[in-house]
Amino acid sequence: MSFLAGTNMTGGYGAADILHDCTIAVDKGEIAVIVGPNGAGKSTAMKAVFGMLKLRQGSVTLDGRDITNLTPQDRVQSGMGFVPQTNNVFVNMSVEENLEMGAYIRDDDFSGTMDRVFDLFPILKEKRSQPAGQLSGGQRQQVAVGRALMTQPKVLMLDEPTAGVSPIVMDELFDNILEIAALGIAILMVEQNARQALNIADKGYVLVQGANRYTDTGEALMANPEVRKTFLGG
Amino acid sequence: MTDILNALVLLSNFVLIPALSYGSQLALGALGVTLIYAVLRFSNFAHGDMMALGTMATIMITWGLHAMGVSFGPLPTALLALPFGILIAMAVALVTDRAVYRFYRKQRSAPVVFVMASVGVMFMYNAITRIFIGTGDQRFADGERFVLKVNEFKELTGLDQGLAIRTSQLITVVVMVAVVAFVFWFLQKTRTGKAMRAYSDNEDLALLSGINPDRVVRITWILAAALATIAGVLYGLDKSFRPFVYFQLLLPIFASAIVGGIGQPLGAIAGGFIVAFSEVMVTYAWKGFITLIVPADMAPEGLVQLLGTDYKFAVSFIILVVVLLVRPTGIFKGRVI
Ligand SMILES: Nc1ncnc2c1ncn2[C@@H]1O[C@H](COP(=O)(O)OP(=O)(O)OP(=O)(O)O)[C@@H](O)[C@H]1O
Ligand SMILES: [Mg+2]
Repeated sequence: MSFLAGTNMTGGYGAADILHDCTIAVDKGEIAVIVGPNGAGKSTAMKAVFGMLKLRQGSVTLDGRDITNLTPQDRVQSGMGFVPQTNNVFVNMSVEENLEMGAYIRDDDFSGTMDRVFDLFPILKEKRSQPAGQLSGGQRQQVAVGRALMTQPKVLMLDEPTAGVSPIVMDELFDNILEIAALGIAILMVEQNARQALNIADKGYVLVQGANRYTDTGEALMANPEVRKTFLGG
Repeated sequence: MTDILNALVLLSNFVLIPALSYGSQLALGALGVTLIYAVLRFSNFAHGDMMALGTMATIMITWGLHAMGVSFGPLPTALLALPFGILIAMAVALVTDRAVYRFYRKQRSAPVVFVMASVGVMFMYNAITRIFIGTGDQRFADGERFVLKVNEFKELTGLDQGLAIRTSQLITVVVMVAVVAFVFWFLQKTRTGKAMRAYSDNEDLALLSGINPDRVVRITWILAAALATIAGVLYGLDKSFRPFVYFQLLLPIFASAIVGGIGQPLGAIAGGFIVAFSEVMVTYAWKGFITLIVPADMAPEGLVQLLGTDYKFAVSFIILVVVLLVRPTGIFKGRVI
């Protein structure tokens, strides 16, 4: 049993199902990557795992506990962190305040965690008093990831953390993600840059129309000629 | 030279000081409207009548204190009653939210539905206020009327023109500064204030951060009710209390919030003073002032009054229309309504 697992998830936003019997899992210290075409239901699968979508069938477990019926807030309390694909920072609040809001549920002293986030993303320390809305795309993603790290989650879920950033910044972000995984945190992320993401992934899921098409190690998926041809551009 | 001084004193007495205290009252009213808009995302049309209701409660308690023989020395007794008036207004606001707005929040209704609901609430508050205190004019300011009297000022300076500062005007400005400082400190520095700003900024992300939306909403109503009551009592001390006038205050208050940028607390303060100064300056008869500063043969014959005081609400209305046409986000880039 994986540390975090969404098993046989079926459900959608309204009457029609978007996810069909979809299964996604990740273990501590591991990076699992979900790739697939636009509209495949990648973000929907993430929302389902985080409890932002009602499942008709299937279940979600965290550390062996069934959390299918927990609200997203309760999942945050149980050690899950989520960085949504869009609107993932408080634009009118300073970088530091964004991080403070990330730690909202904590009653203990979180300055150590904030220092660690600043170590991970030094530029944020420099810009700590600036409103997050005035930062570049890459810096904003760093704020978004930093905010989610403030609860010291055991699982970090990232929906396209490198969307709209330059290749250099993308490499930096991937390095950061590897560092975070090395702390023993389970990372589940959706990526548009499938090649680079599968490169650092322990596990890869190719989703098509809300269903698992291929599931394997990152390496094996990269080597699979069919996957290469259809999803990685040859 | 003395003419210039006299002119300045005249201007202070009839424009600067009245506009400063009226502006403070509008600023406090607009701050409440803007907070509700920032957090609950609708224009609360019941705010004017919330002011009336809170003031009504304060006046009744003031009467009660009088009956018990309590007074506050040179200061108006209403200041002693104010905290209780605020508590009553807070309770009313929380009950209203529970009974009315919460239902629409659960439904995730469109903002216009909330606005319509607030119109209903407005009529309700309106009725409650009138049942208790009637529709007439109430003057409830007691204590020392003036901080500085015209005669005292004239003796002090030897100028022809007099300057008077009423106690209510001084109280208004002092209370406004203290309350605004508190609200800004609260929003910028406290955990709860920051959670309020976060919720206003990005509701979904606030939920993902574990911020309790019900608590944020409650605190917002508590703040808004307190601000409304304070603004209402200050206005009533300065002028007088009449329920219908408070309903009419809704227009300049909304103009203030929108000029400043609705949803922006700083904008509400700036907007309050912009609207107050515009209103007072446009309805002031400038004849006396101009006569003092120009050579005698150039003195104007008419009153040089741009608009009669009966039409003062037109000023707010024009400001509102112009802002919405030219810069709908207001000065401080609030949200577009
Ligand atoms: N809030 C919503 N309400 C209704 N339908 C939605 C909603 N969000 C997404 N959908 C639909 O669900 C399907 C899957 O969308 P989803 O956002 O999960 O795709 P995705 O794989 O994340 O795509 P992308 O790569 O563009 O981010 C799409 O057909 C989309 O139209
Ligand atoms: Mg997506």
